[in-house]
Amino acid sequence: MHSHPDLIGAFRDGLVTSTLPPGSAADPAEIDRRFGVYRNNVAHSLTEALAARFPVVKALVGDDFFRATARLFIAQHGPKTPILMLWGDEFPGFLRSFPPAAGLPYLADVARLEYARGLAYHAADTPPLTAEALALAAAGADTARLALHPSVQLLRARHAFVTIWAAHQPGAATSEIDPSQEEIALVLRNRHLDVEVWRMTRAESLFIASLVKTGHLLGAAGAARVVDPRFDPTHLILRLSAAGALISRETTDV
Amino acid sequence: MPSPLPAAAGLGFKPEHFAAIHQTRPTLGFFEVHAENYMGDGGRPHAQLTALRADYALSLHGVGLSIGGSDPLDRDHLARLRRLIDRYQPESFSEHLAWSSHGGEFLYDLLPLPYTDETLGIVCAHIDEVQQALGRRILLENPSTYLQFAQSTWAETDFLREIARRTGCGLLLDVNNVFVACTNRREDPRAWLADFPLHLVGEIHLGGHDAETLPTGPLLIDAHGSPVADPVWALFAEVLDRTGPLPVLIEWDNDVPEFPVLLAEARAAQSFINRSGHALAS
Repeated sequence: MHSHPDLIGAFRDGLVTSTLPPGSAADPAEIDRRFGVYRNNVAHSLTEALAARFPVVKALVGDDFFRATARLFIAQHGPKTPILMLWGDEFPGFLRSFPPAAGLPYLADVARLEYARGLAYHAADTPPLTAEALALAAAGADTARLALHPSVQLLRARHAFVTIWAAHQPGAATSEIDPSQEEIALVLRNRHLDVEVWRMTRAESLFIASLVKTGHLLGAAGAARVVDPRFDPTHLILRLSAAGALISRETTDV
Repeated sequence: MPSPLPAAAGLGFKPEHFAAIHQTRPTLGFFEVHAENYMGDGGRPHAQLTALRADYALSLHGVGLSIGGSDPLDRDHLARLRRLIDRYQPESFSEHLAWSSHGGEFLYDLLPLPYTDETLGIVCAHIDEVQQALGRRILLENPSTYLQFAQSTWAETDFLREIARRTGCGLLLDVNNVFVACTNRREDPRAWLADFPLHLVGEIHLGGHDAETLPTGPLLIDAHGSPVADPVWALFAEVLDRTGPLPVLIEWDNDVPEFPVLLAEARAAQSFINRSGHALAS
């Protein structure tokens, strides 16, 4: 007689080992095949969920390598929640310290970018700044403090992770990539709810980081001029505004 | 109480079909979505569901509560579900007689349980808690299974009937699951259906399955990646002869085809529903 917690525990162990849970009633010649359906379902559904979240990582390493990697990752870092969109935040770190992937030093950063894209896709909806509020902020009005849309994330890596990621998008032209090039990415969701990835210069990234911290356009431009004295934020501000990425500070303080 | 789902054919919503649905507004009884796919904060999933919900009745189908598991229910997940239900006011919420989490780990599959007095008590306590937290009656779906447990002392049909009696929940009859599970158990699906409390059914599911071969016969897999099989249509027609029109869902979750293929499956289901209505009326 087995109590339910014992049985469930044994069943769960059997999914990843060759031990069958007690009480499985079937022809002994068939029990492995029958229980194997559950083993396959669990491994397959979680691997597919990870592949859907990290498609470029999968493309970079190939199907077989990805499946083997996923199996190890799932065993150590299986989802703690039924909301799979929240799963996989540990995958970049796992890849960074995964010896078989050492030949692709940019892999973890590409995974970081893909995870950030998923967060942006599901981030909260926040109304974009009105034209009047943007004009006030651009004029330096102290009352008009800005924030960035919850989807916006700034990522920096010592590899050309944005270029490598972009080369694996549909319709991308093939060209020589120097993977050792440092790159900075801005991830955001636009007004059409599509996720975009922009390559940022060092000055642009300082502008964004300062804007996040202070909410002041003019102050943020000043912070960027530390590395680029001729930095003009106009183009980037218009781009962010067109994407709906600038929001009112009040919207986020509520 | 929410109004019930219309007694008509519905489809599982796939995001890749959104444009086709939004542009053509096909006549359908309802759309069904997996609750867990809409638990993010915002973005396209909610934009699409909001637009869909404005035009159609909605069935919310959960895959993450692990009602048949031995762990306590995940209170955070229940609270998220409640918020989703409050936001979209679906006509129906359903879950499975299965478990999917253990020890805080989500396994992303609907796993089987033995049918004993002990598991009956656990399942009923979980359903009581779910219905309390959601403030509504839920439907519980019969599982597709690949093995049985020697420790089971209840027949599946009796087990489901007793759960419904004790908790007041309704039942979701997945006819494909009946065919898959009975075939795999070497039992007669018609005998299963004859024992099943059809008057408690609030929704029917239909879907495709795969088949492998074992020494003692076929092993059917509930794959949801192909059209509904002929023997399942036949069982479905026999059920409708007894129940009259019901809400009927076509499930197609893997290798999802173009929208017109799904719509044709729903139209086929609808023609059975129409006939059952005429048969009862005459």
